[in-house]
Amino acid sequence: MARTRYAPDRGLTARMTLTIFLLGLVFVGFVAALVGILTVAHASSAAIVFFPVVLGLGLGIGSFYWSDKIALRTAGAREVTPQQAPELHGIVDRICALADMPKPRVAISPTNLPNAFATGRNSKMAVLCVTEGLLGALDRDELEGVLAHEMSHVAHKDVAVMTIASFLGIIAALLVRFSFYGELFGGGRRGGGNNNNGGALPILLIIMLVSIVVYAISFLLIRLLSRYRELAADRSGALLTGQPSKLASALQKVSGDIARIPTKDLRESGAEALNAFYFVPALTSGKSLSTLFSTHPSLERRLAELAKISKQLGQ
Amino acid sequence: MGFLDTLLGRTKPVQPNLDALFALPSAAITLEAATGLVPTGAGSVCFRATEGRAFAEIEKDVRDLLAMGAAADAPPIELSTDSYGFTWLLVRRPADQLDALVTDVHAVNSSLADTGFGPQLLCSLVGFAGPAGRLAIVYLYKRGTFYPFAPKGGETRDNALELQVRGAIGDDLKFEPDLSRWFPVWGAPGL
Repeated sequence: MARTRYAPDRGLTARMTLTIFLLGLVFVGFVAALVGILTVAHASSAAIVFFPVVLGLGLGIGSFYWSDKIALRTAGAREVTPQQAPELHGIVDRICALADMPKPRVAISPTNLPNAFATGRNSKMAVLCVTEGLLGALDRDELEGVLAHEMSHVAHKDVAVMTIASFLGIIAALLVRFSFYGELFGGGRRGGGNNNNGGALPILLIIMLVSIVVYAISFLLIRLLSRYRELAADRSGALLTGQPSKLASALQKVSGDIARIPTKDLRESGAEALNAFYFVPALTSGKSLSTLFSTHPSLERRLAELAKISKQLGQ
Repeated sequence: MGFLDTLLGRTKPVQPNLDALFALPSAAITLEAATGLVPTGAGSVCFRATEGRAFAEIEKDVRDLLAMGAAADAPPIELSTDSYGFTWLLVRRPADQLDALVTDVHAVNSSLADTGFGPQLLCSLVGFAGPAGRLAIVYLYKRGTFYPFAPKGGETRDNALELQVRGAIGDDLKFEPDLSRWFPVWGAPGL
């Protein structure tokens, strides 16, 4: 039996397991709270819950199923053939052969900001997109590192995992909105004849409060999970090419520009579309807070993790 | 990769399949009979060197091993790096010693795999030439499959010849069924 140099990162696995467990716990608690509230309430309130769930499911499934098309359209990217971009295809071919993965489609986005993303509902439908800025800013080895990182996202099925994870947040956010309007209009209508249905107004208020709490918690957990998955992709990508320092140097080169881009990864567009709060510019002094809300780990953290892998490979 | 590994983002580097390579010499006989392509005696191993001292040392050991093992008939070994940053070890043997060539190639593989660098192996190729042109039979370590690569002036491939070769020896070798994985290796040593 050949020896392996693969040393699993148990700390990262444990933290990710805990985050997923907590998200599940919040989801179960949320469902239990809603069922509890609705058993007390009447059918008119059930509709308030029913529509956001159906709408949220529709949004989630839609953005998952058409993730490749949506992301390419948003980035204004076009697919390129091996004849149009032989070097890019050559790098992707070799990464796929090393990782034993089917080859994704390759696209280039005509943007000057150095950036890359991978999306698609499964590895067969995956599409790998890089910007012209990235092709210009990085040398071949650094580009290979970035592409290996993105291919690791495909291997980890991050589009599916993050869509399912952000589903909870989407439902909670929709419920806040529905119960708020329900209260405004439904409450006003019932104001005239509140003899028979006086309980409706506080119930909607309770649903709204519960949803706000669930939304806030799930928002933080989803961001936490997203940061862990970035670290996992860094790790797998670096082990795949055996060049963690090249990925580190690529990160260093592009991070100055990346920090100014509101949505680095379109993979997370489902969560991003709703979580459109950008606290980062307003909280430049509060570093701990801004890292709590960001979808990506800090550059220092990523570089430190890559340096660890580099050390392991040298032993 | 299992469900949990996917959920927790733990891809493990894929270990190579080394044994299928030995099916090549017998398939070469069928290939010659069917298409007139004969081995050129050149074979090469391609791998992605990792950074750091450990790999540099192993790379040196592999070269020493090959030079030593064949001290009597001393096949020349050439080391080169291609434009994608992959390292190629080229071994040359007389054209009729395909068995010995495959054994050399396997020696490189197993020393890399034994030291834990098996996941760095990309592919191996053995060169053929004949009236129809030049051809390489490429072995994909991670898949354990073969595919033909026939370059034709410039950066174009002779797909007709490649498919003809698959037709001729498709039963002798395990061919890569997914055509999108038949990636080109332009200017590879040993071609």
